[in-house]
Amino acid sequence: MSAQITEDLVTIEVDGQPVQARKGAMLIDVTDAAGVYIPRFCYHKKLTVAANCRMCLVEVERAPKPQPACATPVMDGMKVFTKSPKAISGQQATMEFLLINHPLDCPICDQGGECELQDLALGYGSAVSQFTERKRVVRDKNIGPLVQTDMTRCIHCTRCVRFGEEIAGLRELGATGRGEDMEIGTYVAQAMVSELSGNVIDLCPVGALTSKPYRYSARAWELQQHDAVAIHDCVGSNVHVHAKGQVLKRVVPMENEGINETWISDRDRFSYQGLRHEDRLLTPRIKENGAWRECDWETALVTLEAAVTEPGKSNRLGALAAPSSTCEEMFLLQRFVRGLGSANVDHRLRQHDFSGDSSEPRFPSLGFAFSELEQADTIVIVGGYPRHDQPLINHRLRKAALRGAQVIAIDSLHQEYNFDLSAQLAVAPSALVAILGAVTRAVVERATGAGGALAQFTPRAEATRLAELIAAGQKILVVLGNRAQMHAERSRLFSLAATLVQSLNGRSGQLTDGANAAGAWLAGAVPHRGPGGREAGAIGYCAARMLTTPLDAYLLLGFEPDRDCSAPATAVATLVQAKFVAALTAFTSPTLEQVAHLLLPIASFGENEGSLVNASGAWQTFVPAVKAPGSARAAWKILRALGDRCGLPGFTAVTCADITTELKALCGIPRVEPLNPRPLPGGHANAAPGIEPRLELVVQVPLNRTDSLVRRASALQQMPQVGDEGVHLSPATLATLKLQDQAQVLLNVGGADVSAIAMSDSSVPDGCCLIYATTNLGTQLTTAATVTVRGAGGTR
Amino acid sequence: MSATDTQVLSSHACAVIDEWIAKYPPEQKRSAVLAALREVQHENHGFLTTELMDAVANYLGLARIAVYEVASFYSMFETKPVGHHSISVCTNISCMLRGGDEMLAHVEKRLGIKVGGSTSDGKCYLKPEEECLAACAGAPMMMIDHIYYENLTTEKIDQILAKLT
Ligand code: SF4
Ligand code: FES
Ligand code: FES
Repeated sequence: MSAQITEDLVTIEVDGQPVQARKGAMLIDVTDAAGVYIPRFCYHKKLTVAANCRMCLVEVERAPKPQPACATPVMDGMKVFTKSPKAISGQQATMEFLLINHPLDCPICDQGGECELQDLALGYGSAVSQFTERKRVVRDKNIGPLVQTDMTRCIHCTRCVRFGEEIAGLRELGATGRGEDMEIGTYVAQAMVSELSGNVIDLCPVGALTSKPYRYSARAWELQQHDAVAIHDCVGSNVHVHAKGQVLKRVVPMENEGINETWISDRDRFSYQGLRHEDRLLTPRIKENGAWRECDWETALVTLEAAVTEPGKSNRLGALAAPSSTCEEMFLLQRFVRGLGSANVDHRLRQHDFSGDSSEPRFPSLGFAFSELEQADTIVIVGGYPRHDQPLINHRLRKAALRGAQVIAIDSLHQEYNFDLSAQLAVAPSALVAILGAVTRAVVERATGAGGALAQFTPRAEATRLAELIAAGQKILVVLGNRAQMHAERSRLFSLAATLVQSLNGRSGQLTDGANAAGAWLAGAVPHRGPGGREAGAIGYCAARMLTTPLDAYLLLGFEPDRDCSAPATAVATLVQAKFVAALTAFTSPTLEQVAHLLLPIASFGENEGSLVNASGAWQTFVPAVKAPGSARAAWKILRALGDRCGLPGFTAVTCADITTELKALCGIPRVEPLNPRPLPGGHANAAPGIEPRLELVVQVPLNRTDSLVRRASALQQMPQVGDEGVHLSPATLATLKLQDQAQVLLNVGGADVSAIAMSDSSVPDGCCLIYATTNLGTQLTTAATVTVRGAGGTR
Repeated sequence: MSATDTQVLSSHACAVIDEWIAKYPPEQKRSAVLAALREVQHENHGFLTTELMDAVANYLGLARIAVYEVASFYSMFETKPVGHHSISVCTNISCMLRGGDEMLAHVEKRLGIKVGGSTSDGKCYLKPEEECLAACAGAPMMMIDHIYYENLTTEKIDQILAKLT
C-alpha cells in the first residue's frame, strides 16, 4: 500500500519550496496541506470543483495565463508562484470584478466581520473602483424560516447550489437567468426543507445567505466561541456555540471528520432558540395544596429528601431520565436511587420490549465508526428513518449509496430518502419480524442449508428477493434504527439481525433514541446493570413498568412524560397516582405541573457540563458556554447535593470532571460490541394484519420534535417536519373503513375515543395507522399496540 | 413520471421527448431537456409555464430547479406568457447600418407595442433584440417564428404582418 502511495507522489515547487503531493491532486489541496494560503470563494473541500470565481488564480511556470489553483492538477516538477506579481494581479483583477456588483453595505450586513469577501477585499481589493455605473440589485427571496437571503450580495460562487445537489441530495437552490441577470434562488417561491439546509449559511462566503433566527442580534467580534456537543441524536455532532455575554446566540459546526465532518443538522443548529422560551423554569417550584409557588433550593431539597427517604418506602422509588441526559447525571441518578435501596432506574422511555435485557451488549452502539458506513457495499436499515432520526447518519448512507453501495430499508413506513434505495419494504409492525425472519432464513439456508429455529418463518417471495440482494454484498452492515428500538418485539428483531449478519460475515449495530443511550448504559441507568455494565444486585423496574405500575415516588430527569414516552397517556395516568413526583427539568409544562409536586430547574444545552457517548462509542466531554438562567443548576450538582443531604456515599465530587473520571474508571475503555446473537424467542403467529377492526399503530417521532428543547425552538417549529395531528391511513385502509381523506374520525387508543382527522398517506402500510409522537394526538397514546378508527361523520 | 405529467404533457410531446431521450446514453437522459422544452413551448403557443417545466422535470427525472435554470438561461425560451408569433427585428451592426432601427420602430408602431411586449390579442410578441441573426447579407432583416424575412422595407413589413394569423 505504502509503496503504491510513494509511486504516486510527485514533487512540485510552491513559492520556491519543494512540496510533495499526490499525483493529480488539485493544487489548492496541496497548498492548503502545506500551509500556503491561496484566496478562494467557490472552492470547498467537501464540494465538487466549480472553478467559477477565479479568486484562486496563481502563476504556474510555462503556463501562458494565471491558473485557478482549485482546478489545476499538480504535475511533477511544476513550479507555482502564489504571490508573484502575475498571481497577485490576477487575484486583484478578480476581486475588482467581484466588487463591481457587490454592495458596499458591510456595516448593515450580518456577515460583516466574518465575511470571506470582506476579508479578501482587504487583502486584494483596491480603494478605488474603475466602475462608475449602477450596481445590479436582486430581489430577496423567502426561502423559509431558517435561512435569510440578501441576494444582491451573492457572488455566484454556487457553493449553496452544489451543496443542495451533492450533500443535501435535494436540489432546492439553482442559478437562473444568464450573465448580468443570473440569480441564485428557488425560481418559484419555495422554502428549503432539507434537514441540513442551515449548512448553506456557513458555506456562503458572503452575506447572501445568513441565519434568520440570529439575524441582527450580534456582531461576530462580540461573540465568544465555545466547543460543545449537540444533544439531539446519537451522532453527537461537534459544534461551536457562540455566546454574547451570557446569551447563546448561535450554533455552528465544529469540524470532526469522524463524526459530523463539516456539517450539522438544522435541529442541532437552531435548537438553542428554545433556551429562552417562556416555559423555561427559572426557580424551583413546589406544589402546596394544589397550588404552585416558587421556593428556594433549600426548601426544594428538604422536601425532596423527606419524600424519597420516607422509611420503608425505599424500593417504591423510581427514576427516569431522558436518553439525552449526560453520563454524569445518569451515573449520579442511578447511584442515588440504588443508594436508597431501589433499583428502579431507566432511560429507555420509548422502548416497549425489555425481554432481551440480559443479553444486551454492554452499551448500544453501531459497533463501528461512522466512516465505515461509507465503505460498506450493502447496508440494511431495519425499522427507522435515519434521515429524520439521525440526519448525519443518513448523510453517510447517502454517500455510500452514491458510491454504489446498495442501501435497503425494511420498515413500517415507506419513507422518502434523498438517495436511491436498492430496495424498500414497508410492512405492518407485526409483519416486520416475519419479514426479517424470512430474509434471515433465506440467507442462512443459502449459506448452510439448514434453518433451525428460523424454520418458524414462512418463506416469502419478497424476503427471498431481499435475501439475494443482501447476500450478494461483500461488506454487509445491518443497522437497527429507532423504530426497531420501539418495536413490540424488539428483542426478536435484534436476534434476527445478529443471526443474519453472522451467516454473512457482516456486522450489525443499532442507532438509539436520544443523544446518550450508550452513556446511559455505561452509567448504569438501566434497572439490571450497574455502572460499567456490571451486574447490579437487585433488578429493578424498567421504564415501561415504572410508567404503568404506580410507585410511591418518582424522579424525572429532563423529559416531558406526555411527549417523550412510548405510552404518554398511560405514563401520565400512572404518575398522577404517585405520592410524590419531582421533575428536574429545564422547562415546565401543563402536564408536568399536573403530575409533579416539585419542579427543579436544570441547565440545558450550552449551559450544562458533562459527557455524552455517541453511536460509534465516542465519549465526548463538554463544559458550559454560558450560565444557566435564573437559579437553574446543572442536574449533576442537584443530584450531588441531594445524595449528600440524604447521607449516601459517593456524592462528594467537587467537579463534574471528578465524576467523569470515576465513571470512566468503572467502564474501562468502552469497547464497542456487536449485537449478541441470542436464542431466538418464539413469538406470536405471523398473522397477516387484518384491517378490521383494529389497526396496527406506527409511531414516528418528527425530525423537529425530538426533545423539550427542540420543541420550543421557534424557527424549527415553523418547518414542515414537525408532524401533524392527523391519523394517517393508506388509501386502501381508508377505503376499507369507508372513510374519505380528511374525514372526521374517532380514534380509540385503548381509552376514551379521541376525535381526529383521517389523512390519506400512501407511506403507511395497509392495516396500519401512523400517528406522530409528541403531537397533541400523540400524547393520547397508551400501551396498546393497536387502535380503532371509525368515521364520526363529516369532513373537515 | 406520474399520471399528472402525462396529463400536462401531450402524448405527442411525450413521443418527441422519448425520441430525444433515445439519442443519449440512459444516464445522460437530462441532455434531452432542451429538446423537451422546445417541444413543450411550441405546443403551448410560444411560452413555458411552471407547470410545464415541472412536468418536463418529472418526465426526465430532474430536479425542478434544474429545468428552471435551463429555461431561464436560454433566450429562446419564454417563461412568461407572450403572444404566440415571436417577432425579432435585428438591430445589430449590419442591420443598424441598413435601417434596422427604423424597421423596428415601424413594427412597434404597427403592433402598438414596445420591444418586449405582446399585443393584447395575444397574437404577436416583439422579442427583445437578440444578437446578429447571421443574415447580414440581407440586412435589414427580422425573424418571425424561425422564418427569416430579409431586405425589409416598411411596405414589406406591412404585408408580412398582415398575413400573420
Ligand atoms: S448565495 Fe452565497 S453560496 Fe450561494 S452562490 Fe451566492 S454567494 Fe455563493
Ligand atoms: S476557488 Fe478556484 S475558481 Fe473559485
Ligand atoms: S446584423 Fe442583423 S443579421 Fe447580422
